[in-house]
Amino acid sequence: MAIDMAQFHQVFFEESFEGLDAMESGLLNMDIGDVDAEDINTIFRAAHSIKGGSGTFGFTAVSDFTHVMETLLDEMRDGRRKVTQPAVDVLLGSVDCLRDMLQSIRDGGQVDQSVVSAHKLALDSELRNSANGANGSSALEPLPSVSPITPADDGAELEICGWSIAFSPHLNLLKTGNEPVRMLRELAGLGELTTTVDLQGVPSLYDLDPEECHLSWKLHVAGNISAAEIDEIFDWVEDDCDLAKQPIYKTEMPLQALQSEGTLSANDVNTSAAPVNKPTEENVAGAEIQPQDAKAPKKEEAKAAGKGSSSIRVDTGKIDTLINMVGELVITQSMLSLLGEHFEMNKLDQLKNGLSQLERHTRELQESVMNIRMLPISFVFSRFPRLAHDISTKLGKKIELKLVGENTEVDKTVVELLSDPLVHLVRNSLDHGIEMPEVRIAAGKPETGTVTLEAYHRGGNIVIEVSDDGKGLDKDKLRAKAIEKGLIDADAVLSEKQTYELIFMPGFSTAEKLTDISGRGVGMDVVRRNIQALGGDIEILSELGKGSTISIHLPLTLAILDGQSIAVGDETYILPLGSIIESLHVKEERINRVVGKGETFLLRGQYLPIIRIHEIFNVPGAKTTKLTEGLIVVVEGQGVRCGLFVDDLLGQQQVVIKSLEANYRRVEGISGATILGDGSVALILDIPGLVRLSSQ
Amino acid sequence: MATNKQVEQFLTFELAGDAYGIDILKVQEIRGWEPIRKIPNAPAFVKGALNLRGTIVPIIDLRERFQMEKAEYTPVTVVIVLSIDTLAGPSVMGVVADTVSDVLDIDPTDIKQAPNLGTKINTEYMRGMYVGKKNMVMLLDVDRLLNPEEFIDISSLQ
Repeated sequence: MAIDMAQFHQVFFEESFEGLDAMESGLLNMDIGDVDAEDINTIFRAAHSIKGGSGTFGFTAVSDFTHVMETLLDEMRDGRRKVTQPAVDVLLGSVDCLRDMLQSIRDGGQVDQSVVSAHKLALDSELRNSANGANGSSALEPLPSVSPITPADDGAELEICGWSIAFSPHLNLLKTGNEPVRMLRELAGLGELTTTVDLQGVPSLYDLDPEECHLSWKLHVAGNISAAEIDEIFDWVEDDCDLAKQPIYKTEMPLQALQSEGTLSANDVNTSAAPVNKPTEENVAGAEIQPQDAKAPKKEEAKAAGKGSSSIRVDTGKIDTLINMVGELVITQSMLSLLGEHFEMNKLDQLKNGLSQLERHTRELQESVMNIRMLPISFVFSRFPRLAHDISTKLGKKIELKLVGENTEVDKTVVELLSDPLVHLVRNSLDHGIEMPEVRIAAGKPETGTVTLEAYHRGGNIVIEVSDDGKGLDKDKLRAKAIEKGLIDADAVLSEKQTYELIFMPGFSTAEKLTDISGRGVGMDVVRRNIQALGGDIEILSELGKGSTISIHLPLTLAILDGQSIAVGDETYILPLGSIIESLHVKEERINRVVGKGETFLLRGQYLPIIRIHEIFNVPGAKTTKLTEGLIVVVEGQGVRCGLFVDDLLGQQQVVIKSLEANYRRVEGISGATILGDGSVALILDIPGLVRLSSQ
Repeated sequence: MATNKQVEQFLTFELAGDAYGIDILKVQEIRGWEPIRKIPNAPAFVKGALNLRGTIVPIIDLRERFQMEKAEYTPVTVVIVLSIDTLAGPSVMGVVADTVSDVLDIDPTDIKQAPNLGTKINTEYMRGMYVGKKNMVMLLDVDRLLNPEEFIDISSLQ
């Protein structure tokens, strides 16, 4: 029962990256003056799992590195060390380093040793330079079994030159996910290790349950090692094994007797279970060991296969919905096949019902499957607190980063492609937007600048806004710069919006001084190109001295929307259900016609403009053009309310948003298209677009 | 016929009795005409959008694009679905034609420069002309002809 460890690598990497994220956010949230023990515990646990995992998979570089971090964290956790800003920064740096290490291991690349050792050095020096941060081992623990040679009370004074350990795992040790080989390897990392395996407990091959551990060991590890270090290795298995350890002091001879005893017993038993003395990377589950050469290529293959595939974490709720739907589908299917067996014409209605049910279920199923691809945007947002922390420290600014609407769901592809442009925008805000504290105070603003990242759905779009309360864009400066760079003519007339758009032109930068954070002028045009490649749009609003807001509008490819179908003439349109407030018949006396300005109607003391869909879209065959005979649907979009004049409301349904822009172009008033149950196309209305269109 | 690498294949179709050709590598599929969804405020030659296995594909009437007289859509009216390269990347569009005729193997050296006079189509959209045994075939450059950016220009001119 050899397990191919490579198949778990991907899970390990994912969990490790998650652990690193947890560590990072824990470190960032830590309040230096008043540290919550639970915070440190979280960070410690994450580090510990990474260490354990990497040890199990034989990524010793990672586990060694994590070990040092863990020691530091452990001291913080026990209160033996104060949490200081430099220490946190060193830890943050180490988190980055670990992430790089794991990434290069995952991608089969080389770990940059110089970077790793630099970080390790920083950690080591942090470990050393604390006044009260003594080595993790305090006094030697008295041993459970009294040493026959050296009295225990003398122990602390003599120098330890090694330990002898009797380690007998219980049968169920392997089932708890622990691996003796790994522990042996860690022991070997502490000093020279001599292992003697006791095979007496191993039953005959016929009776052997490979998931049970029948081996026990007598171990001898040389070196000046503290009891705590040994305890740490066996930390996880304390309850699943019998463990006795004894220090060996300088004057003593190694435990010859112990060894010879073990060797003897080894000769007595089946040799197939023997080669455990050398810890290898192989999993020694039970007694079965595969030849090494047979396994190595398999590992390579799995690694290669794992590299290309990407995985996704899905909310269990979504899976449950899927399972429910499949259940219903099966019921419908069995109903239909029963019907088909003895079909008569008078059962036609039943058949039709069944078929429409089947159609509905299939569609729901399809939509739920697509829904699985939807991820909360927090996947992108979560990296920004770190960015803000780093940049504000570097520049000496005081910045608060607010995240709003992190649970807004976006398609996975959008999440992946969005992160680079967003990093760029946030950096710009942090670097150019927010002023230095003294400048802010002089301008009468709070010392701490605020950068807000906000995501929300609007119509068929997701909108992501990066806003800051910094200095804003200087229109005159922008203009002067553009003229200087020859991007526009000196006498060009630009609207406010057009002026701001200048920053998206290639080769444009207004920062007086280039920094390594941003300002090389290669950024914004690339950002815009990336956003446009996603089928989106980017716009900028700014007020000098007050701050700027950059909004990204992205179509929700593959996204699903609750829609209300409406009929206008020969056409069917979809309105996002969320934008509908109410629908009503309007009475003649409430209608108010303004010459040249269009029509409005009075609703609860408010005059709302009426938009005639059949007119602005030139739809022929409208049932009526009289406002009193049709239906007014009151909708709201981007804070504007209006009444849409339509023929009729049809059904409500979930619709899958398809891009119209992908093969055609943006149509004002339309946010996308969808496919109705009968396979025909329906267009989804965009309320803000309709308002713009009708005001033209 | 020996397979000569020099030869290019063109799908020919008819519009108002004239023969036109499209590089066959651009053709994704040929479908019968079916009712489609109108796109509001689009130029007249954009007939609407079609659901092609989940992708929304705009349909262009070439007769109207070339300002020819309109034709009734009949069961033999065909939609040629083309994959074209635009500045924004590859995109899929359908064109309405009267009938699909043939696939021609044409040696590129036989393609003549399109004369600037006497054609209904701006030569900018043409690869050139080919004189076949029976008739002349106008070879279209669909990447230019079906550029969505152009739709805006034309509609604003109208």
